[in-house]
Amino acid sequence: MFYREAGDFRTTYKEDQQTFPIKFDRYRYYLVLFLAIFVVPFIVNDYWVNSLLLPFLIYAIAALGLNILVGYCGQVSLGTGGFMAVGAYSCYKFMTGVDIWWGGELLFRLPEFNIFFSVIMGGIMTALVGVLFGLPSLRIKGFYLAVATLAAQFFLVWLFNRVAWFYNYSASGQISAPERDLFGVLITGPSTTPWAAYMFCLFFTIVSAYIARNLTRGAAGRKWMAIRDMDIAAEIIGVNPLRAKLTAFMVSSFFIGISGALFFAVYLGAVEVGEAFGIQKSFLVLFMVIIGGLGSIFGSFAGAAFLVLLPVVLKVVGVDLLGWPTDIVAHLQLVIVGALIIIFLIAEPHGIAQLWRVAKEKLRLWPFPH
Amino acid sequence: MKYKLGTMAIAGLMAASPVMADLVFPSLSYRTGPYAAGGIPFADGYADYFTMLNARDGGIGGVMTSVPECETGYNTEKGVECYESLKGGGGLVYQPLSTGITYQLIPKTTADDIPMHTMGYGRTSAKNGEVFTHTFNYPANYWDGASGAINYLLAENGGDLKGKKIALVYHNSAYGKEPIRTLTELSEKHGFEFKEVPVDHPGQEQKSQWLQIRRDKPDYVIMYGWGVMNQVAVQEAANIRFPMENFIGVWWSGSENDVLAAGEAADGYKALTFHGVGKDFPVFDDIQKHVVDAGKAAGAGDQIGTVLYNRGLYAAMLAAEAAKTAQEIHGVTEINASQMRDGMEALEMTEEKMAALGLPNFGPAFKVSCQNHGGDGLVGVTQWDAKAKTWTLVSDFAATDKELIDSLVAEDSSAYAAENNIEPACQ
Repeated sequence: MFYREAGDFRTTYKEDQQTFPIKFDRYRYYLVLFLAIFVVPFIVNDYWVNSLLLPFLIYAIAALGLNILVGYCGQVSLGTGGFMAVGAYSCYKFMTGVDIWWGGELLFRLPEFNIFFSVIMGGIMTALVGVLFGLPSLRIKGFYLAVATLAAQFFLVWLFNRVAWFYNYSASGQISAPERDLFGVLITGPSTTPWAAYMFCLFFTIVSAYIARNLTRGAAGRKWMAIRDMDIAAEIIGVNPLRAKLTAFMVSSFFIGISGALFFAVYLGAVEVGEAFGIQKSFLVLFMVIIGGLGSIFGSFAGAAFLVLLPVVLKVVGVDLLGWPTDIVAHLQLVIVGALIIIFLIAEPHGIAQLWRVAKEKLRLWPFPH
Repeated sequence: MKYKLGTMAIAGLMAASPVMADLVFPSLSYRTGPYAAGGIPFADGYADYFTMLNARDGGIGGVMTSVPECETGYNTEKGVECYESLKGGGGLVYQPLSTGITYQLIPKTTADDIPMHTMGYGRTSAKNGEVFTHTFNYPANYWDGASGAINYLLAENGGDLKGKKIALVYHNSAYGKEPIRTLTELSEKHGFEFKEVPVDHPGQEQKSQWLQIRRDKPDYVIMYGWGVMNQVAVQEAANIRFPMENFIGVWWSGSENDVLAAGEAADGYKALTFHGVGKDFPVFDDIQKHVVDAGKAAGAGDQIGTVLYNRGLYAAMLAAEAAKTAQEIHGVTEINASQMRDGMEALEMTEEKMAALGLPNFGPAFKVSCQNHGGDGLVGVTQWDAKAKTWTLVSDFAATDKELIDSLVAEDSSAYAAENNIEPACQ
């Protein structure tokens, strides 16, 4: 009944190639966009934005980025936390004005970037760093590459902890986002209205998803998938592995950098590298990608939603509804999330995205399955 | 997306909790995670004191208190979530017990007009109330700790530390880095050699750090650690036979958890403190009677009288006294967060007041003012007796290098004010 393509005629190539070829699907997508842009900003409060929506949107961008690398190009990475840190610290440096020193003297200082461009610069710097750490992928694969990216994770965290220039020589080594606005509307800082922070992140999420979707179904994405499926065969049919792998690292790191910048500037406002961008962050984003579905844009969103919302829901149910002690709920949360991850991987190895695909298929035939 | 909307609806329903008529003292606790050993006793002490007030005095000024807890796991993201979710309940004062969470909440609480009390942690320059209007860190801060330790060593060495070597073993985070600047300045002033030895989170592996200490042979080691890092450091110090009486931890490295694991070898280890230790105070009889015997003790109820329990109790006592002060100033019993802030700013702790509360000599006497949110920074030293398994105060609450700390506070807070365009208050 739903998702029927009967009577849904496509007469041009453009219509045939669109992301949502089925009319019902397309309208559902427009409806979600409409709700997210025109309805949600008017009804959100501090709690919704800071506890649910911002982390969801930001992690969705990170998961998109990692999904391009792991899901589409097949290069395992455990360096996500480190790359997010690069995004956050570049964003911080650009929004407070990059200072270049030479021999103990201040050579020059760039003007402070607008918050929008600071976030973009966070993405660009991370893309460069990502390419650098992607170089080993040309020689090593699989677990060995995972270890190499793990090294990137530890090195980057150590670097931001060690070199005082990155945190503008503050006594505590923390970076905190000063107040910045876009068109007169505050985006960072404590007085930011919830809707402004939400809209800012939503913009980046939508644009990232749009870019990611179109990259992955174009020539670049096909090259990545060829490399993922069999790199030797890909090379024989004319895919340049150097370019394919490095572009995957670049694009992936760009998105992860954006998410790191937003994570620091808009969501938390102050971060400490070891605490916010440690190895557990790398694993969290990797879990999002795996649970959501490798090689799926929707899967990145579903995985982020699952891992951001589930702890909050469990807490709300356990502590606020049932009145259990907070420590028991916190322990239960670990147990439940862990168990769900295992169940998911056994019952549906292709993640939530696959469940969604199956559900769609069923809905198409419903209520007459034969 | 469907997931999202469904869960959002549930969460939204929950977030809109009814406004209670109590005085709400939210507790951002951590009873899980790598720092739980420190978080549990503090949270228990904090909750028990208010339970005791409710049972014994019928609350504060006739209004009952409530202590909703939220588990942060020492994690900043969860801390933010907790803050936002408890904000709806009308919390009067937040005590996150985490320097990382403190940094997040300083601007947020200021914008929301809710005070925050970071007792002996957090951002040290919050002492300057002209810039940090809603953050309080009385009675002592990290820099007081560093200076207190050096003053104690000065007194031990007849006022001269020239040519001595002092190493700082610190948690490589915002918290651990705080005293470096102070110690660097102090080393120039007193002519000792200062060495930094960072330990990365969570600090279970410190072999290389203590090898370095063994090689450098410092005369004294100061430690700024938290959680499992403390136990490991004490054990490692024992392994290299570093004399324990020359090893001084800050107040976050001086609880029973940190020394019990090392057994006899930890005997003589010293730690700073800004409040009394042990159960030898009349208030503990009330807690026994109204809380423990009534079966209302928080947590497992096995932490009473430990160092960190006492600290939680002390924090609760200061919060309750500030609430009383606020009630007096504003002439209402059901105060709000903004009035609570005024109460904290006008708080004065005297010896008589503490004795009347059943806590004679429990902490230093101090007075908070609009300019000074940090008290006088009096710091004492405790020492561990491994046989009796008790901490004892071996030095009175002594003054720290006020001149130096005040100048550092002024410098750091004015940088913050310039960065965030803050006009000094208290005109």
